[in-house]
Amino acid sequence: MKGTEPMTSTDVSGDPLVSVRKLRVSFRLDRHTTFEAVKGITFDIPRNRTVALVGESGSGKSVTSLAMLGLLPQENSIVDPESEIIYGGRNLVRLPLGELRKLRGADISMIFQEPMTSLNPVFTVGWQLEEVLRLHMGMTGRAARKRAVDLLREVGIPEPERRIDAFPSQLSGGQQQRVMIAMAIACEPKLLIADEPTTALDVTIQKQILELIASLQKRHQMSVLFITHDLAVVGEIADYVVVMRNGEIREQGPAKAVFESPQDTYTKALLMCRPQLDRRPTRLPVIDDFIQGPGPRHMEERKRGVRPSDPIVLDVRNLGKSFYSREGLFGKREFKAVKGVSFQLPKGKTLGLVGESGSGKTTVGLTLMRLHEATTGEAFFEGKDLLSMPSKEFMDYKRRIQIIFQNPYASLNPRFTVGQIIVEPMSIHGIGKTAQERTDMAFELLNRVGLPEVSFYKYPHEFSGGQRQRIAIARCLTMKPDILICDESVSALDVSVQAQVLNLLQDLQDEFKLSYIFISHDLAVVKYISDQVMVMNEGEIVEIANSDEIYKHPKMPYTQRLLASIPKGWRGERARAND
Amino acid sequence: MATDIAAPRDRSRPIVREIPHTVSPGLWVLAWRRLRSDRVAMVSMVIVAAFLVMMILSGTGLIARDWNREVGVNYAPPSFVETQGATPSNGQSAPVTTETPATGAEYKSMIVDPIGDVIEQLRSGSAPSAPAVPGTPPATEEKSVDPLADVMADIRAGKGVTAEAQAEERKATLPFGGDKWGRDVLKKTIKGSETSIFVGLASAALATFLGTVFGAVAGYYGRWVDDFFNWFYSVFSSIPYLLLILAVAAVLQQKGMLTIILILGLTGWTGVFRLLRAEYLKHKSREYVQAADAIGASNARRMFIHIFPNVSHVVLVQLSILAVGFIKSEVILSFLGFGVPVDVVSWGSMLNEAQNELILGKWWQLVAATTAMALLVTAFSLFTDSLRDALDPKLKGRAGT
Repeated sequence: MKGTEPMTSTDVSGDPLVSVRKLRVSFRLDRHTTFEAVKGITFDIPRNRTVALVGESGSGKSVTSLAMLGLLPQENSIVDPESEIIYGGRNLVRLPLGELRKLRGADISMIFQEPMTSLNPVFTVGWQLEEVLRLHMGMTGRAARKRAVDLLREVGIPEPERRIDAFPSQLSGGQQQRVMIAMAIACEPKLLIADEPTTALDVTIQKQILELIASLQKRHQMSVLFITHDLAVVGEIADYVVVMRNGEIREQGPAKAVFESPQDTYTKALLMCRPQLDRRPTRLPVIDDFIQGPGPRHMEERKRGVRPSDPIVLDVRNLGKSFYSREGLFGKREFKAVKGVSFQLPKGKTLGLVGESGSGKTTVGLTLMRLHEATTGEAFFEGKDLLSMPSKEFMDYKRRIQIIFQNPYASLNPRFTVGQIIVEPMSIHGIGKTAQERTDMAFELLNRVGLPEVSFYKYPHEFSGGQRQRIAIARCLTMKPDILICDESVSALDVSVQAQVLNLLQDLQDEFKLSYIFISHDLAVVKYISDQVMVMNEGEIVEIANSDEIYKHPKMPYTQRLLASIPKGWRGERARAND
Repeated sequence: MATDIAAPRDRSRPIVREIPHTVSPGLWVLAWRRLRSDRVAMVSMVIVAAFLVMMILSGTGLIARDWNREVGVNYAPPSFVETQGATPSNGQSAPVTTETPATGAEYKSMIVDPIGDVIEQLRSGSAPSAPAVPGTPPATEEKSVDPLADVMADIRAGKGVTAEAQAEERKATLPFGGDKWGRDVLKKTIKGSETSIFVGLASAALATFLGTVFGAVAGYYGRWVDDFFNWFYSVFSSIPYLLLILAVAAVLQQKGMLTIILILGLTGWTGVFRLLRAEYLKHKSREYVQAADAIGASNARRMFIHIFPNVSHVVLVQLSILAVGFIKSEVILSFLGFGVPVDVVSWGSMLNEAQNELILGKWWQLVAATTAMALLVTAFSLFTDSLRDALDPKLKGRAGT
């Protein structure tokens, strides 16, 4: 391991706030097997600094943070007794539970990924805030309430006097995360652990939350341990970076060193795999290029864009979708999720669909597939309106438009083998005459998407997220579709896997002349894969243009605001500021 | 053959055989592994299996075929050592009954039709004992047919011959005791368990089937279909259970095993319905079902080929719970006299007989039926619990790592 010498106290003024020494955590899987999640890692958290713990899923970053608070599940986790987590001269690993509980929330506090599930829905946010103050600071009554209002104001909640009596469901996701942060800083902790605090949020909200955490860190003289998979976010916020993979530290050091001259191949790979806004290689480099091969070859830039002469495969006009909720006894309230959207999809090209949550971008995809019935509008495919034809007739067209869902863990039937999953659409549509023929085709497709043939006999749970997404892609390919709708198809995947799946999608487009509608909230990915980008907000199209054009010269204010929120990573302003 | 995987393959050859595949454990295999490591589950499963084997053997007539034979004296007490008072000490196989040994002819004459006199009178037309209720026509000859005549003839003609030998060997004591007519309680219990278990399993299967189909349709389609089934469910579950059973029994008008199976099956589906409806509600919006819709799977296919394997463990556990419940219900019904007809023995009818016997101090029939039932029901319940644990969805997470 290169570049893994622990940051010693010479790097930083004074001794570190927390020193993690040889932390080793394993999980009992069953009676005989254990799995080592963290393999003896050593790092320091200096005072008044932000340390980012970066890694993909399974790297052990969250386990490390839970071990600090003693929050690991007691029944199946083993922390090696040799491990040390030194805080204030005490080893947290051996601290009795009662002592540890006093530290939690008061000295060390934590914010979680999902604000929606971390707040108790049956109590007002004020009550939950005051509880923290009551338990740790001994505040009661009016004093607690006043402090709670102050905290809410500090984290930027508008009208805190009124919002303090709101229930979590009455706040937006970003506001809920602010409340979580308010609870975390309520007792002036010395260390704030933030476990993927912005992953579940929209890009504009993410920017606000990151700014909030950074300003609170400065104001309260806290240390922050920021856990994330997103290097761009790390580049914005971290002073020190610890890169983890498979329970080991691959590289650690000041952010400048890690970003500008990474020593470790894995760190280099992580930095390169992520699509960047200013470059568009024909293929994205993947981790294996770095770890096994000689490193990435130089890639030519791919030209993107739609010319007016491109043949149109799908013509959507005035598409609308309303949902109704009951109001009173007889009343109905209409909610327009999509309002009169029109666009054209050229053959063999990719239309990127971006927007924040609630913008209706997913509804557009589902409506085109008739998974939701459209309320208004037409979608012409080969001269026929897909949305108004009888469902019998639509069956023939159904296989021509396919969808790849966001969550590869949920979109594959857990009780089917991969073979059954891939053969199923063929037997429904009568593709291939005999069972043998279908099996042959299934094997061919498994090869095509880069899975070994033994996968045919396995169940989905035996595969990783990226492999499952390949299975889902293979399932769509059985029907030889013309249009593939990718609904956040790579959003749930790790950066390195994301690159592989994006490359696969690109190869398939080149090979079969598929047209993609690529729905995503991730603006960098959309920029990389799309010829044309359509920005949606509140069910309406804000702007539609060729992707290079829209990223360079966004016309509408909303697009400008959206693009400004993209985390720029190290190459952004901070790099310049540091120079 | 491992190298073949990577090698380009010849299209003409079937590939399936080339690949050395280890079949991956699915849910059921994993559940079975977990079940196997559970000692309680295995013991109770062996007991349940033993009962099932007994049921099959008895059903096919391999054992307890002659349960109806009156091998002992009336109320022969249970004893593994034959009582000396009745059996001659020289050990000869002399007739051991307390009554006079009956020859075949005598035995036939011993079979007395208890209502023979009444029928004679009816036939003669005088019918003095039948008070002419005003308005009712006097019983005519055509109508006064002895309903049991065939049975009696049967007994006189066919069974009498075996009764001859039977009568000779009536023992004073039986290992597990004898009933009112001197039938072996052990064999009677075996025959009784055949009825009870079969009724329990068959009605549980019927109830689970109905509950699953209703629940699947209601949960999957939602809207008015769901409303309809919920309404139906509410009506059904608002009527007291026993009253409902009596009502169905009254409608079906006849006693018999099929009737009880129908009664229990038609009244017991509500619990399964409620659970399965909830499962289908949950699953129909899952992405894998949307994906099935996207590839063009029809509603029925989505319901029963895509979703059903994901909820089948619930069905299995429900089936198991219902089987336990219905074995008990059958016993209760037969005990109350709404169950199996007189010529069929079940644990419930045994307990029914045992009421009167207990006053006379003849406890063995009660003990035999109760023990058998308690053993099976306890084992079955424990097995059901273990089964539910083994099929717990948490298993999936463990397998995933």
